[in-house]
Amino acid sequence: MTQPSSSARFINIGERTNVTGSAAFKKLIMAGDYAAAVEVARQQVENGAQVIDVNMDEGLLDAVHAMTTFLKLIAAEPDIARVPVMIDSSKFEVIEAGLKCVSGKPIVNSISMKEGEEAFLHHARKCMDYGAAVVVMAFDETGQADTKQRKVEICKRAYDLLVNEGFPPEDIIFDPNIFAVATGIEEHNNYGVDFIEAVKELRELCPHAHYSGGLSNLSFSFRGNEPVRRAMHSVFLYHAIPAGLDMAIVNAGQLDVYDQIDPALREACEDVILNRDPDATERLITLAESFKGKDAKAEKEAEEWRGWAVTKRLEHALVKGIDAHIVEDTEEARQSANRPIEVIEGPLMDGMNVVGDLFGSGKMFLPQVVKSARVMKKAVAHLIPFIEAEKDLLPEEERKAKGRIIMATVKGDVHDIGKNIVGVVLQCNGYEVIDLGVMVPWPTILAAANDNKADMIGLSGLITPSLDEMVTVAEEMQRAGMTMPLLIGGATTSKVHTALKIDPAYDGPVIHVLDASRAVGVASKLLSDTQRDDYVAEVADEYTHVRDARSGKSASVLLPLEEARANFYDAFLSDKPAPPEQPGVHVFPDWDLAHLRAFIDWTPFFRAWELHGNYPAILTDEVVGETATQLFADANAMLDQIIAEKWLTARGVAGLWPCARDGDDVTIHLAETEEHVRLPFLRQQVKKSRDRANMCLADFIDPAGDWIGGFAVGIHGIEPHSARFLADKDDYSDILLKALADRFAEAFAEALHQHVRTTLWGYAPSEQLTNAALIKEEYRGIRPAPGYPACPDHSLKPILFDLLDAPKNAGLTLTESFAMWPTAAVSGFYFGHPESQYFGVARVGRDQVEDYAARRGVSVEQAERWLRPNLD
Amino acid sequence: MNARQHLLAAAESRVLIFDGAFGTQIQERKLSEADYAGDLGLPADQKGNNDILALTRPDVITDITRAYLDAGSDVVSTNTFSANRISQADYKAEGLVREINVASGQIARALADEYAARDGKPRFVAGAIGPTNKTLSLSPDVEDPGFREITFDELVAVYKEQAAALVEGGVDFILIETVFDTLNAKAGIMAVKQLERELGREVPVMISMTLTDLSGRNLSGHTVEAFWYAVRHAKPVTIGLNCSFGAEQLRPHVKVLSQIADTLLLIYPNAGLPNELGQYDEEPETTAGLVKDWADHGQVNILGGCCGSSPAHIAAIAAAVANSAPRKVPSPEPAMKLAGLEAFVAA
Repeated sequence: MTQPSSSARFINIGERTNVTGSAAFKKLIMAGDYAAAVEVARQQVENGAQVIDVNMDEGLLDAVHAMTTFLKLIAAEPDIARVPVMIDSSKFEVIEAGLKCVSGKPIVNSISMKEGEEAFLHHARKCMDYGAAVVVMAFDETGQADTKQRKVEICKRAYDLLVNEGFPPEDIIFDPNIFAVATGIEEHNNYGVDFIEAVKELRELCPHAHYSGGLSNLSFSFRGNEPVRRAMHSVFLYHAIPAGLDMAIVNAGQLDVYDQIDPALREACEDVILNRDPDATERLITLAESFKGKDAKAEKEAEEWRGWAVTKRLEHALVKGIDAHIVEDTEEARQSANRPIEVIEGPLMDGMNVVGDLFGSGKMFLPQVVKSARVMKKAVAHLIPFIEAEKDLLPEEERKAKGRIIMATVKGDVHDIGKNIVGVVLQCNGYEVIDLGVMVPWPTILAAANDNKADMIGLSGLITPSLDEMVTVAEEMQRAGMTMPLLIGGATTSKVHTALKIDPAYDGPVIHVLDASRAVGVASKLLSDTQRDDYVAEVADEYTHVRDARSGKSASVLLPLEEARANFYDAFLSDKPAPPEQPGVHVFPDWDLAHLRAFIDWTPFFRAWELHGNYPAILTDEVVGETATQLFADANAMLDQIIAEKWLTARGVAGLWPCARDGDDVTIHLAETEEHVRLPFLRQQVKKSRDRANMCLADFIDPAGDWIGGFAVGIHGIEPHSARFLADKDDYSDILLKALADRFAEAFAEALHQHVRTTLWGYAPSEQLTNAALIKEEYRGIRPAPGYPACPDHSLKPILFDLLDAPKNAGLTLTESFAMWPTAAVSGFYFGHPESQYFGVARVGRDQVEDYAARRGVSVEQAERWLRPNLD
Repeated sequence: MNARQHLLAAAESRVLIFDGAFGTQIQERKLSEADYAGDLGLPADQKGNNDILALTRPDVITDITRAYLDAGSDVVSTNTFSANRISQADYKAEGLVREINVASGQIARALADEYAARDGKPRFVAGAIGPTNKTLSLSPDVEDPGFREITFDELVAVYKEQAAALVEGGVDFILIETVFDTLNAKAGIMAVKQLERELGREVPVMISMTLTDLSGRNLSGHTVEAFWYAVRHAKPVTIGLNCSFGAEQLRPHVKVLSQIADTLLLIYPNAGLPNELGQYDEEPETTAGLVKDWADHGQVNILGGCCGSSPAHIAAIAAAVANSAPRKVPSPEPAMKLAGLEAFVAA
């Protein structure tokens, strides 16, 4: 749900269509049952494989025939063929035969220098001619590379040969050989370390190249003991990914969540893989024996409500959000019902109606509703197989949900907390929600809406470029002749933007939905025969009114850019902070979460749940106090667990560089590389009352020489837990975790800023502020973030990320629309001048856009796209 | 400078103009079987075999090409869309593949050189290679999805024969156009790569995809983005879209391709959608107005027309974009860009 669909940092390559890796697949291929073999490929893709590895290397098989037959068959299956293929064989003739059947751009796995440079380059040229990326095994004329030195040497040699031949470096994937460890042979003990260290070094030596490996070799000596193998694989990835491993051939089912591995086993695996102790192998072997079938804990004792009638128990469970007994209660209800559907239509819907009424009347709040939804989902999940079984017997109307809604976070954006909340609320109220996830391109949205005969589409987005993408979706819906309503929601969306930009692009109803609590009301009106037309007309009138008001109202007067510049903020420059105590880039690979906890600003956390009020007053609020208190308790319980079990890793980087103001730019001087990096900022252009300046962040920097900082922090490790919650249909915990991760990222930014002020830059060494004072920003200096009012252009993020090498130093990447991944992340600049302050750039003129485009070295059209929210 | 560098240089200062359709222009001349067949003595009727006119009525092809150059074309294509062994076999003319392509190349080359000499403005010749009517990715037999009518190697040989003859005739570029099956295009690329090795020099390619549905996929199912990644290894001097629908329907896909392709963009749409009689009746000014919108947004480098377009359309387009700034070719960060039917970028 949170994985971007079209790009990724760590790539899972499905391995089940590999006869050497899957006994089941091999059996199907040997028996010539290609239809069933194709289904294996389909499952792989459905389960999230981003690339599928196809291998037919089996002595008794005509591998060329099997490879080409299978590839042609999956080419006919759009569900499978949508992902790239990895053509895997040790025989190049099989690879070439495969290349002739694959229409996209595949990966060849693999070629090597085993038979010398000439054969290697011959194979590489073929791959270039067919247009394929290539896995290069660390293998040369004398054999497979085992030590770190050999791995590095061979890969570097191969890299130079390939690049010299014109092979694109970004299409090279090295496989530096994962070998079995803990075999009892002493020379094998360091194989894990050799691999990890080699990757680390190669990443510096071979720009743009990628690193992959086959994981199952590693644990070869523990065949038959799956818990130990899974643990070894997870521990290995845990250490190899930060070193640079960016893809692996792996069966996702053969991985454990690192933090959930038994600590003793995890440590033993770590000792073996990292070769920390000569007795490690012996210890793991001993320990492994005890892991052949661990399980289960005691049940909770029955409480009073357990004695009630089953319908009452179901309602209680739904209203209270208790899922402990929901399956057995649902089953009991099913057995006494004529048909399983009656359980849903009867007691479950009755219970949800109670929830809906309580929510509608403001007596229940979102966190509780989300919990109820989790219980409902579990109950429904239990009934579905029974319903399916007798589906044909049912009349059409009884199967129909109140309405079917397609939901998606638009292309370029990865944020989904809000969308998930709306989805849950709608589902609770009897709507069928088809959630397309994040980063969804418009053709997928339109196709899903048409294919599923949806009643409406809901779009979500958090970052400003998403606003443009929503307009594109609306335009394309118009172009496709669609008429269904389009719902717009998300933090940056607004009624004004919807009225001005989206509504005119689409003739069907376009409705801005302010928050999740309004979603049900909007959906039900749109689907009501009696209310729909009035409601649509009413909203359309309202939007027309907004547009008229806009065009009628003379917008605030803009100064010509030169005049705005002349009215710059004249800071008292001799007050500028002294040079930093510790200039340069500082990496914080694992900031203590317990330390960050004290920096959490809780007010936005409650706002994310649509509970409005300031912390801590909100806890005793007359209306929402009880819910807020319960939510706060749940959050703290999860925080305890996150910290104790180290679910998350806070990675950050900060940099401090010498710089100077140059007009509205700040130029940073990077001493090491003798490079100058230009940070172009925007200036307020709206005409101010007499004594106020037209500010620009550059105004806080001395043209004669000064210092500026930058930072990027991110919270990593959310995915396995999120996946676990979702698999468990526990949206409540999922949303809670995401909201907490966001809070940690903000807290980290706060803590790091303090560390910068007191220590790294050190201009406020004796600063002593409470968290409340920090939240009120009672310190000296600011940390404006690209995409926020003082620095509204998101596209400064790539420059900042380069300065900080944020992908490497903090594991953060950017989408095409400059959204940060992982999503719980904050980045920005540090200004230390005592007069530096936050402000909003607001509307800028055409002259500044053109000037800015020239300063950025991009077309005016590009600059307009970036600055759209600040244009008319 | 070689042809690639000349084209890049010419494309720096303005939006260049490609030519328009041959087929509809030939139809208008209402040629007879005798015109088509000439004295070649082929054992089958030739009426409808437009490509063979290079041998039997070279004056017709010359006239049409001249009309496009007069209309302002900087790049003209050869009338060789079906001059390959597979398509010519339908007319039992497969023995003349080399002759047709050499002659067509020579006609276009001579005219391009004549116009360039006249005003000093460079003109270019694109040797057009159609997709054939066979497909490498799809089975014509619904019962047997693994069946293919033709192999990759067979198609490479077919394309190579045609490309070699076009180069012999003097073309600057090989234009692999109207790509409905991405794997066919990859076979075309392979053919040119083999030809380059034999000739010992670069033969720059132009590649043009055709969309078969409004969501922006070709017949083999590739999105525009996936298509670009699948053919980018050809280092084409232009990438683009042709035929498909009219300019109106291509708009969102031009925008996508314009943002990601680090090479020149060549777009030559049909003159609208055919009416109920199968005729294209979009007025030249209408087409020109639609494509001008792309030029005004800096999204294209070369514009022309496909089915239904005439010299009047090309002249209207040339006039409409005369003062438009050409698209700036982006230079994206290196990243591994893979493709199934959809794109997958490993950051």
